[in-house]
Amino acid sequence: MKINDVILHAVTKIVVFIIFTMAVYLFLSGHHNPGGGFVGGLVLASAFVLLFLAFDMETVRHAIPFDFKYVAALGAFIAVASGVGSVFFDAPILSMTHGYFVLPIFGETELATVTLFELGVALAVVGVVVTIILSIGEDI
Amino acid sequence: MNNIIAAPMIIPILIGILLIFFRRFTLLQRWVSFGGMAASAFISIYILNQIQSQGIMRLDFGGWEPPFGILFVADSFSMLLVTTTSIVTAVCLLYGFSSIGEKREKMFFYSFVNFLVAGVNGSFLTGDLFNLYVNFEIMLLASYVLIAIGGEKRQFRESIKYVAINVLSSFFFLIAIAYLYGTLGTLNMAHISVRVAEVGQTPILTVIGVVFLLVFSLKAGLLLYYWLPGSYSAPPSMIAALFGALLTKVGIYAMFRVFTLIFYHEPEVTHTLIGVMAALTLIGGSLGAIAFKDIRQIVSYNVVIAVGFILVGLAVATPSAIEGAIYYLIHDMVVKALLFILAGMMMAVTGTAQINRMSGLIRNYPAFGWMFFIAMLALAGVPPLSGFIGKMLVGQGAVEAGSYILVALAFISSIFVLYSLLRVFLNCFWGETIIEVEEKVPMKKGWLISCALLTLMIFGLGLGAEALAGYVSSAANTLLNPEIYIDAVLND
Repeated sequence: MKINDVILHAVTKIVVFIIFTMAVYLFLSGHHNPGGGFVGGLVLASAFVLLFLAFDMETVRHAIPFDFKYVAALGAFIAVASGVGSVFFDAPILSMTHGYFVLPIFGETELATVTLFELGVALAVVGVVVTIILSIGEDI
Repeated sequence: MNNIIAAPMIIPILIGILLIFFRRFTLLQRWVSFGGMAASAFISIYILNQIQSQGIMRLDFGGWEPPFGILFVADSFSMLLVTTTSIVTAVCLLYGFSSIGEKREKMFFYSFVNFLVAGVNGSFLTGDLFNLYVNFEIMLLASYVLIAIGGEKRQFRESIKYVAINVLSSFFFLIAIAYLYGTLGTLNMAHISVRVAEVGQTPILTVIGVVFLLVFSLKAGLLLYYWLPGSYSAPPSMIAALFGALLTKVGIYAMFRVFTLIFYHEPEVTHTLIGVMAALTLIGGSLGAIAFKDIRQIVSYNVVIAVGFILVGLAVATPSAIEGAIYYLIHDMVVKALLFILAGMMMAVTGTAQINRMSGLIRNYPAFGWMFFIAMLALAGVPPLSGFIGKMLVGQGAVEAGSYILVALAFISSIFVLYSLLRVFLNCFWGETIIEVEEKVPMKKGWLISCALLTLMIFGLGLGAEALAGYVSSAANTLLNPEIYIDAVLND
């Protein structure tokens, strides 16, 4: 018997975008408020997990055709590179800096290199969590 | 600002991450890892020489001054170990190319070897106690993967024990750090040392010191070594060689650092305890080394004996004993890698690990047999090989300090080492050959080259001890005079 999960599909399609937005919000607010790369990454991963639950693995793999192991590795690389990059600016490794820039739409914005590090953390978390859940799912 | 001293940790990390993207390109993975190790070896030697002219170097991460930020401190002791680690790993990689197998190489093997080395080098370099914990974890996580990689039944069985015991000891490590932070309010090792000296090493601090001793002895295999022979005999020989050469040494390093820099005021308690534990380790290790017929077990118990021997040097803590322990530490990293590789080759050519089922190998593989013989002599401490100077100095220091029981045990254990390996040599290399000419497994070039390089290093360390003397005495000097380290970190 085919399970009729049309409601789950319909809800998921909307809710996933809400979760994505929430993840981006948490990620960006992390600089001064509660949040940050780790939490943002976890929330982002929960959106992927919801997709995998609602639809089957093949469908989602087809829609999101990348290997999450490499996402984790990319994240780790960005995080390490953001620390090591200070070598090129003649500063001690892991130095962070920030500045204020006037951008077209946002007006005066604070841009910090910590955000790059957080981006790396977020990608690493997404990659690791989804990889773990997928490999557990494949076993059963 | 000395960004270069972070290089021995940063290079392996970056290479390890980048290699994940090149999973299918084994040849690229091999030579990039090897190149990275060689590069960090050269950089370490350069830093070691810089230290001799400029004194201890430090790097405050992100520009945060100690004691507020975390930092790397490079003194002669840590750089000697970092250099040896990089060189030994590079040679082990050469052996791994032809022994580890395509299947494991595609399972991110080289990435994890790089992460392991990053953790080991980071532990040697860090000047912050919590950062030491983090580096221990990097090293342990990589070793969890390496011990289970390939997924044989035996590996899984041993890895469960290994993971359980290490998670437990990491937990104690955290508790000890929390106690110390609660008592002193700082985690910078130099700053802790200053504060301990100010308030005097009160009983509570001594107890915390003993908790640290417990943690590090679990990692180093000092007395609490019951997990070690099983875990080190499960993975493929190249991984076992890395473990035997590097992992216990990190625990030993941490013990030297903590008990010469921080808890050195009550040697009657802490150093006596270390002495007793070292003595029991020597006895237990010696019994284990002659009790088994499995070559992997024999070799693993030899690791245990060496741990006991090196800590005899710390227990008596006279200048010559410390110098001897440093010489022996370097020697042991090289010779244990060689011994594990030789054991792996013996298993590869005969297809068994039982020494009573092997015979006459020296007729089939003469060079191989002689290298085993040389490794055996070096381990027993026969001059002019590398073990001699370390054994002599540790013995001399222990006699000066009047610890005759430790001297006796240390040298009797050398005889047991010699006996256990001589038994292997007589059983496996002498006698009638069991391998027919047509069945003979050809010795791969990589195996012989890596063994030959390590054997050359044994000769080099023995004959070139004079060249090392400056570095070793500078290392011992820093260990024995904590104010040199503290000055370099806090009052610069």
